Amino acid sequence: MVQFNLKKKITTGNGPVLLDINVSLGVGEFVSIFGASGAGKSTILRMLAGLAVPDAGSISVDDAVWFDSTRNINVLPQRRSIGFVFQEYNLFPHMTLRENLQFAFDGKEDSQVIDDFLNIACLTEVQGFKPQKLSGGQKQRAALIRALIRKPKLLLLDEPFSALDLPMRFTLQQEILKIHERFKIPTILVTHDAADIARLSKRVLILQEGVLHEESQGLQIPKQL
Amino acid sequence: MMHPQDLTPVVLTLKLATLSTLVLIVIGIPLAWWITFSKTRLRYVVETLVTMPLVLPPTVLGFYLLLLLGPASSVGSFLQHYFDVRLVFTFTGLVIGSVIFSLPFMVNPIKAGFEAIPNSLIEAALTLGKSKRDILFKVILPNSKPALITGIVMSFIHTVGEFGVVLMIGGNIPGKTRLVSMAIFDQVEALNYDAANFYAVIMVAASFVILFLFYLFNRRIKVF
Repeated sequence: MVQFNLKKKITTGNGPVLLDINVSLGVGEFVSIFGASGAGKSTILRMLAGLAVPDAGSISVDDAVWFDSTRNINVLPQRRSIGFVFQEYNLFPHMTLRENLQFAFDGKEDSQVIDDFLNIACLTEVQGFKPQKLSGGQKQRAALIRALIRKPKLLLLDEPFSALDLPMRFTLQQEILKIHERFKIPTILVTHDAADIARLSKRVLILQEGVLHEESQGLQIPKQL
Repeated sequence: MMHPQDLTPVVLTLKLATLSTLVLIVIGIPLAWWITFSKTRLRYVVETLVTMPLVLPPTVLGFYLLLLLGPASSVGSFLQHYFDVRLVFTFTGLVIGSVIFSLPFMVNPIKAGFEAIPNSLIEAALTLGKSKRDILFKVILPNSKPALITGIVMSFIHTVGEFGVVLMIGGNIPGKTRLVSMAIFDQVEALNYDAANFYAVIMVAASFVILFLFYLFNRRIKVF
């Protein structure tokens, strides 16, 4: 169970906005947050990861409190048990794909686990390559399994398909669904592309003027933002 | 005619440059890290102090080090009284003076290298649960190789060419603190131009070779 209610003043293209969000995720739930570029979607993920500090609010994951402004609790990002797939993937350029996974896996040389993940993502053949030799789709899959290999309690996906062409996007969305089905990790996907949501998520939250609305509350995803 | 003992300044210079560079690696990397990533305003003070040897005349720095470390000062008398350590006119004093004088040559390139690393890589490491130490040694330093090599080479070569600071704090004692730069000065004063030329040629050749190799290989080092 993941619960968070957060407030943070941000500056968007339309001027200052107060992000004021309140969300609960069930066990293994996949939620998409949809909104225009610059609306504050990535800021939400960054606050959950501990990379940005909310002005007020709380974050709790299972029994652990990661942030609580009233009790002055702010757990460091490295102690939050999150998997974060960044828009630009952020694979370490000086490491091979396998070394990226070993580094994520606390440096343990547990080759069987790493082999399994490489196999799941169909990356066994390119495990010795450095990121700049991987295709966009391979980088995306690599970033995804690197985030998952630590078995995080919350998976955050920040526009992970934005750098991919349409066929690759579709293929990887299917793979993400398969992986989510297998690991059942609560997942939040942030996107400005309605097509991503249509394929991936049953529950959609729309971010408008700093507030998240359930799609079922009558709001529809605009075709263009 | 040169005698074998004439090489003592060369050996001393190389020993000083090597030791100073090693000390600078140990203190320069954490200092560059702190200046780059610290959020306190104190970092600007430290950054300024680190860079001051670049703009100050070496004699000014040497003069204050002489005052600070000399037996008449509280630091100097404390060290001599309690530890029987004397720093002025000793090789240890030379190392201290060289480290302070060459500090910007080590810290500034490394700091520039650290600043060039995308913050997103550091954030990725944080989300993977990595400590600051792991991030420094496994993410930042491997991606800063050219900056590290620049810092090491520049510090070494700058120490080799020092004159003002080492003269003031070392005292130009033959066999103990007389370096190549001082030996050249002595030989010119004594009108022994051949001997001065002997040392000068060594300096020019060594500097050329080190810088040539640096420029040749540093561009070939691939970070990724």
